[in-house]
Amino acid sequence: MSVVVLGVGMHPWGKWGRPFLEYGVAAARAALRDAGVAWTDVEFVVGADTIRNGYPGFVAGASYAQALGWSGARIASCYAACASGAQAVDIARTRILAGLCDVALVVGADSTPKGFFKPVGGDRPDDPDWLRFRLLGATNPAYFALYARRRMAVYGSTPADFAAVKVKNSRAGSLNPMARYRKPVTAEEVLASPLVADPLRLMDICATSDGGAAVVLASESFARRRGSRAPVRLAAVSTVTPTFPSTILELPNFATDSCAAVPAPERPFRAAIAHAAYEEAGVGPEDVSLAEVYDLSTALELDWMEDVGLCPPGEAAKLLHDGETGLGGRIPVNPSGGLASFGEAIPAQAIAQLCELTAQLRGEAGERQVPAARVGLAANQGLFGHGSALIVTT
Amino acid sequence: MTLAIEGWFAVDEDGVFLLGTRCATCGTVTFPPRPGLCPNPRCDATSMETTRLPRRGRVWSYTNACYPPPAPYVAADPYVPVTLAAVELDEVGIVVLGQVKGLTVNELEVGMELELTSGPLSDGPLVWMWERVS
Ligand SMILES: [Zn+2]
Repeated sequence: MSVVVLGVGMHPWGKWGRPFLEYGVAAARAALRDAGVAWTDVEFVVGADTIRNGYPGFVAGASYAQALGWSGARIASCYAACASGAQAVDIARTRILAGLCDVALVVGADSTPKGFFKPVGGDRPDDPDWLRFRLLGATNPAYFALYARRRMAVYGSTPADFAAVKVKNSRAGSLNPMARYRKPVTAEEVLASPLVADPLRLMDICATSDGGAAVVLASESFARRRGSRAPVRLAAVSTVTPTFPSTILELPNFATDSCAAVPAPERPFRAAIAHAAYEEAGVGPEDVSLAEVYDLSTALELDWMEDVGLCPPGEAAKLLHDGETGLGGRIPVNPSGGLASFGEAIPAQAIAQLCELTAQLRGEAGERQVPAARVGLAANQGLFGHGSALIVTT
Repeated sequence: MTLAIEGWFAVDEDGVFLLGTRCATCGTVTFPPRPGLCPNPRCDATSMETTRLPRRGRVWSYTNACYPPPAPYVAADPYVPVTLAAVELDEVGIVVLGQVKGLTVNELEVGMELELTSGPLSDGPLVWMWERVS
């Protein structure tokens, strides 16, 4: 028994300035069309929540269900920061695996404000997210920069390595009609863009975007009844938390756990997220045809490559420079163009990754197509402790 | 002297100290202070005691904020880039993030030793900061 991805749909990403609901509904309708499923046939709908747009965004499942027309479907809404989409997928998948429904719709969308993400408004001194801004001025890019600077010290990575990630992803994104940024960039342009948080420059850091993504998941038997040929299987969804003590400083924390009493675990958090997905899917990094990883910054893509096991620690830049992770390489990373080309629409991002993996495994990715793609991995991480990785197989 | 946050650090004649909590059963230390359950999942202790953390550590990583951070940060006018360092405290095995006083990113290095001090936010209250070892 497995769960299959019957349909995928997206709303183009950008800065459109419209309500998140429009993007989500457009993505949902596209996914339903792609699946050949009528909205009224959907038995379960899950919305990945956004914290913007007030009340309707906090209960995204109901927002989408109402916009599509109340149908009496079962429903759920969930928030897990950047992992919201993956958790929404997991909720739907679990429901199908439990035999409680045959076909489910998962939707995520966001409308983002301009500039840095900032905490929810008001005077809230008991909220660590509010406090890190108030006491330290520590933005999200500041954390990405800490990882980047650490990587430079430990592995000798350079700003030119980071720029090369952007060059690669912008080339892939230029071939993706759903991406916000469609213009290939040069390393010189990246290295000449303004510093935001040393050593990261504006073009090293993902933008905040509007966008939406949706998938229709179904039981294998439902897919067979619908005559679906060679469906893409959702082989794993990892949602593990870190293991104590978590010794990498995570957003929005002020400090790591202490390793004074208990030694740091064998697998740091990001590696553990991927490991759990591999175990569940019964595949390993050597089986992966392509990977979508969370390139919040260019430097972070290199970290993720090592964390998901595409190469040993410290060797990601070599793989990149050898062209192995570009389109046409041995193991393309972020063939969609990644966050570098899309920007971040938080509840939609992990679902968008699944859309890309599905398109690739179906052989429908057009000019971005990875030849003979059979196993796709997507990895992502929500604020402190929300892990997320998905594996799909043919 | 107003502290930007109560109970996270102390300033007295012995210097500036971060206030954490320590588990008497397993020795786990936390910052910020976290009274109550020990975060070690294999420890049953339910009362962590306040403790002063070591005042020195080595830079785990560092960065700065080239653009003024958004509210609730109160940026100085004219804006001076904030430098941040994540500092690893040896004896307690914990990395603590803080603003850096008197050093820019060009003067920092991973592994260099820093010491705790305090300094004012631009609207007045004191916060803990890292500075060059005296
Ligand atoms: Zn304990």
